[in-house]
Amino acid sequence: MREKGSNLWEKDATKSVTASLISIVIGMAVGAVIILIVGIFNSNLGLKGAIEGIRLVFGGLFSTGRDSAGHLTFGFNPTNMGNMLFRATPLILTGLSVAVAFKTGLFNIGAPGQYLMSTAVTLMLALGISTDHVPAPLVWLIAFLGGILAGALWGCIPGLVKAFLNINEVLACIMTNWIAANLVTWMFDGSQFRNLVENTKSGYIYKTSFGLTQVDGVWTYVDGKGVQTAKMGLDKLFPNSQVNGGILIAIVIAVLVYILMTKTTLGYELKACGANRHAARYAGIADKRNIVLSMAIAGALSGAAAALYYLSGNTEFYWTSAYQSLPATGFNGIPVALLAASNPIAVIFTGCFMSMLDIVGLQMTNLTAYNEYITDVIIAIIVYLSAFSLVIKLMLSGRRKHKVAAAAKPAAPTDPPPDTGAAEEKGGEQA
Amino acid sequence: MTFLIQQTLLYAVPLMIVALAGVFAERSGIINLALEGIMIFGAFSGVLFVNLSQKAGFFVDAKAAGDWVALQGFMILAMIVAAVLGAIFSLLLSFASVNLKADQTIGGTALNLLAPALVLFFIRLIANQNTLQMAEGDAASYFMIKKSFFGYGRSDEMGFLGSTFVDKTYLATYICIILFVILSILLYKTRFGLRLRSCGENPQAADSLGINVYKMRYAGTTISGALAGMGGFVYALTTANCASTGDVAGFGFLALAVMIFGNWKPLNIAGSALIFGLFKCIAASYTSIDINGDGIFLLKEIGISQHFYRMLPYLITLVVLAFTSKKSRAPKAEGIPYDKGQR
Repeated sequence: MREKGSNLWEKDATKSVTASLISIVIGMAVGAVIILIVGIFNSNLGLKGAIEGIRLVFGGLFSTGRDSAGHLTFGFNPTNMGNMLFRATPLILTGLSVAVAFKTGLFNIGAPGQYLMSTAVTLMLALGISTDHVPAPLVWLIAFLGGILAGALWGCIPGLVKAFLNINEVLACIMTNWIAANLVTWMFDGSQFRNLVENTKSGYIYKTSFGLTQVDGVWTYVDGKGVQTAKMGLDKLFPNSQVNGGILIAIVIAVLVYILMTKTTLGYELKACGANRHAARYAGIADKRNIVLSMAIAGALSGAAAALYYLSGNTEFYWTSAYQSLPATGFNGIPVALLAASNPIAVIFTGCFMSMLDIVGLQMTNLTAYNEYITDVIIAIIVYLSAFSLVIKLMLSGRRKHKVAAAAKPAAPTDPPPDTGAAEEKGGEQA
Repeated sequence: MTFLIQQTLLYAVPLMIVALAGVFAERSGIINLALEGIMIFGAFSGVLFVNLSQKAGFFVDAKAAGDWVALQGFMILAMIVAAVLGAIFSLLLSFASVNLKADQTIGGTALNLLAPALVLFFIRLIANQNTLQMAEGDAASYFMIKKSFFGYGRSDEMGFLGSTFVDKTYLATYICIILFVILSILLYKTRFGLRLRSCGENPQAADSLGINVYKMRYAGTTISGALAGMGGFVYALTTANCASTGDVAGFGFLALAVMIFGNWKPLNIAGSALIFGLFKCIAASYTSIDINGDGIFLLKEIGISQHFYRMLPYLITLVVLAFTSKKSRAPKAEGIPYDKGQR
């Protein structure tokens, strides 16, 4: 935009998108190779099983199961689509959380902890306030805001110790993660919120579709008396899926974050701190305040992720007896943000891509002898590659320079510049 | 008291050796955030080696004949396998951060994500569940040192020192302690150690004196990977009954905290590892700790929730870091990719 008349290929954004696409393709290719090698050496699977696995990795979103002859079938699957959008909701928000921190030069690996704290507060508010006295939408709003606040406060802790005590925020985040894990289990263990109606297993919390109401003068939890996110017509579009209005809220939040980071003074100050903390202070920006604020915003976004996920009314929170493990949604915010190069709008697409991999994993488990962890492997490889996306970008511009030099004498560059918009969309929906 | 010391050592020794792994990487200038992932990978490879050897029928005769020397050799082999594979896994990090000059924090995080995913993927395929255990028997019957090895009868007493440091211990614990001492000497008293440390402080100066910074950083990270892989297996062996689950409960990150608390110096690290080991031990077995031997389990009697004790090591880490961070002095060039053209 800044350089008038420069072609799209020269733009930094194009290079970022290309680098992300390369990471995605390599990640999925390595996943396919692992599937192939495991398939050949595993007598249960064989080459046929391996090829089915590979087809699912690339087209799992459109899988419709197996036909009567046992062959995999593909087609438009509204359930998968809807579930993808549903799972993308928290991923987009945790991705935004990590992205905002990145822009301020912080690595928010504490998203799982913020997510857990928000989970606890959201569920306690949603289940603790009876819809008999307070209208359900209000209860929903209170729980949503409460969750955001809890996440923000939890995110403040690493921010504070980083700003004032100069503790590495990565270490502080990891410690607060584990503290949150144990704290949340402690808060729920033995509480009135444990689901005693539906589950015989211990450690399950009521879905928020359950609500506290009086039956014969006794306060009990009854299904359908609780709160859940409005469907906003999306369930008509994608029948038999978990989708709800949360995805729209997430997209709105992403746009708001984009405006905050690019169009406001606060956003500029945060980015200035990220670029060079000392220079920012020299320019009169309160760097410590901004570090804490950035972590608080990041925490709030992670909190919103958990709140929207659990307020949907069809998800339940549980923990294992030994200890609460950290939620993968929090960690997966890191690849979402990295792939999007911390651009809030791009996060929407990469979040959808990550949740698509989730669906692929489920299809793998259901339809083949492989398991869902292969998609985690693919995600990890993508993160690994995005660690040196800068190198990929340099390579791209290096190659371009050679081409320009070679093409300078005869004529202008010949190959048509790729369309940014199409490439970006590919980054989200590529399958 | 015997129980408390033994349990504390079980937790402290893997922490200590993995923290030393962190020191080797960071002193050469690479932030090794992947310690957790390498531990997971090392634990898996060690356990897989034990499992496969048992299935292949090795060491079955030794077990039947009660040949405990051979069984200890079996354990040492598994430790070596874990170390080698941990070192290979860590090459991913050194390649990204030395050759490609990538962001080391993100590279380490990628390895931390990759290790559990890969390990669980294979465990599920091999064992059809989320845990890989020994093919037969358990860690205690195979690898634990017992007083009967030394001719003591069931009711004989070994004395305080004997029953604390010999009976019902693992040889792996002592191997780690010896390695810790040897490697600390290597780091401080040899030419190699001095060169390695110089690369973490001022790589440009080191390069101008003819030291190959890239090689030194590779060496540091590879030693780090080997130690972390071995530490992961020792952790799985001694505290998880030689089972791999794709998880070491944040132990690698605790080791990083121990390293920072220990100010990147081996002796301080040994001390802080003991403190953290004690808290980990309290968290794991507070119900059966009898401090003064009068039959009353004090910590259980107080009636504080188990979740509090589990939270304690992490809480203490954060508080301790808050008090010591002003004094801590990290290697100057850590985390900065070495660029020859830069001054």
